[in-house]
Amino acid sequence: MTGPIIRLEDVWFSFDGTPVLEEVSLDIYEHDFLGIIGPNGGGKTTLLKLILGLLAPDRGDVRIMGKPPQHHRTAIGYVPQYRTFDFGYPISVIEVVLMGRLGHIHRPFRKYRPEDRRIAEECLAMMDIGDLADRQVDRLSGGQQQKVILARALATEPRVLLLDEPTNQVDVQTEVHFFEILRQLHETMAIVLVTHDIGAVSVYVDRIACLNRRLFTHDSGEITEQMLAETYQCPVDLIAHGVPHRVLREHEREEGA
Amino acid sequence: MIEILGYAFFRHALAAGVLISVACGIIGAYVVVKKIALISGGISHSAFGGIGLGYLFGFDPILGALGVSLASALGIGVASRRGGEHEDTLIATMWAVGMALGILFVSLAPGYTPDLFSYLFGNILFIPASDLLLMLALDLVIVGAVYLFYNELLAVTFDEEFASIMNIPVQRISLLLLCLTALTVVMLIKAVGVILVIALLTLPAAIGRQHSTRLPRIMGIAIILGVVFTFAGMWISYLLDVPSGASIVLISAACYGASTLCTRRRHHRTGSPSR
Repeated sequence: MTGPIIRLEDVWFSFDGTPVLEEVSLDIYEHDFLGIIGPNGGGKTTLLKLILGLLAPDRGDVRIMGKPPQHHRTAIGYVPQYRTFDFGYPISVIEVVLMGRLGHIHRPFRKYRPEDRRIAEECLAMMDIGDLADRQVDRLSGGQQQKVILARALATEPRVLLLDEPTNQVDVQTEVHFFEILRQLHETMAIVLVTHDIGAVSVYVDRIACLNRRLFTHDSGEITEQMLAETYQCPVDLIAHGVPHRVLREHEREEGA
Repeated sequence: MIEILGYAFFRHALAAGVLISVACGIIGAYVVVKKIALISGGISHSAFGGIGLGYLFGFDPILGALGVSLASALGIGVASRRGGEHEDTLIATMWAVGMALGILFVSLAPGYTPDLFSYLFGNILFIPASDLLLMLALDLVIVGAVYLFYNELLAVTFDEEFASIMNIPVQRISLLLLCLTALTVVMLIKAVGVILVIALLTLPAAIGRQHSTRLPRIMGIAIILGVVFTFAGMWISYLLDVPSGASIVLISAACYGASTLCTRRRHHRTGSPSR
């Protein structure tokens, strides 16, 4: 297949009359490592939910492998924003990861087969947490929980991995490890990384898009001052949480002064 | 204690205790982890409207409760998904309107309304054999549905969004859970009455939740505790000549309190978080 795996064409979306996305067009190809940056409230999560068919656009068209999202969204590994659901739920690590198989089981009642268990265990092993399979998810560290969610996404055997602020609440060491894992995964699947951590994006991605209601795509992984100014339309150190001075050289000079 | 086993009513009560404990252990576990105790309360109180209908038109009130509780489960499920009104307002309305209709229908019903009190506060010591059969049938439906749809229920109650992406029919599975809750409520009405249903539905499972981190084990613990609480409640009711429904609820609540204290202390000692 040579066309894009995911295609958004002139997508508009508003929430309660407030425009969230306008005129968004985006193609995601098989070997992409796309970073989407933008301020909080700029529509990043909304964009992912439109791709997954969890929301329907007011206007425009969203396609996964040429079909409406519902047909092929099981081929997308989604890593939602950290802690959007209750980790206190009484469930084990392997049970969470197995849920990634549910989209591929079409028999009534969706009981798992040994094959599904094998794949789930492989995904855990890939994340280096094979020994935690029977642990309750609540009893894990933040980084381990994030790996469980990534393992669940991988259990769908995805062609594209969509990650929404995956390193939001993990420590720096885990973050570096996490990006190394993504780099390896990129050999076999496309990756879309949504984040406001501009520093992380610039190191790993090979294409970048800036989203603040409108989407600006750029064919290199480098972030320029102009791109940021266009996207954020305000001084960057106000919005690039955590790493305000890594991005713009001008700011570094200010810091040294 | 032994001599009362000779009475048919007491053997019926024991059987009823086991049958309702199975349903409320399994469904109660979902009610607790999914935090839908309030919805269950709304469903059980709305069921009183159905009981009133039964009195008014001269059919078995429990069938009225069955119909109305299923209808309100579907209603609340669809309405809360559509958004719009706040869910808690909807539940409160359903709760009060159900009771109001019940009171209205009962007052309009011709003549004497036998055992109205037992529908409000339950009377496990007065359960006819025909009701045991109904309970057994409801148990089979509940156990069968949860066994068959276990993976889907788990996915939907844990993470609705991901379940949607996996193309699981989230709305239908949520409605299934609410309908199973309604069936459980109907069974519990016989034992503890419309007003006390929430206690027996949530407390055994809540204790189970404190002592296990696996859903099936929480269900198991809740079933066993349900049996213990109903038996103990019946026994106290028989010994002290006090209402059985109230005894069952108070024993459950006392044990829940004790269990909460124990878990707190244990967490405090081991230093693990008390979430």
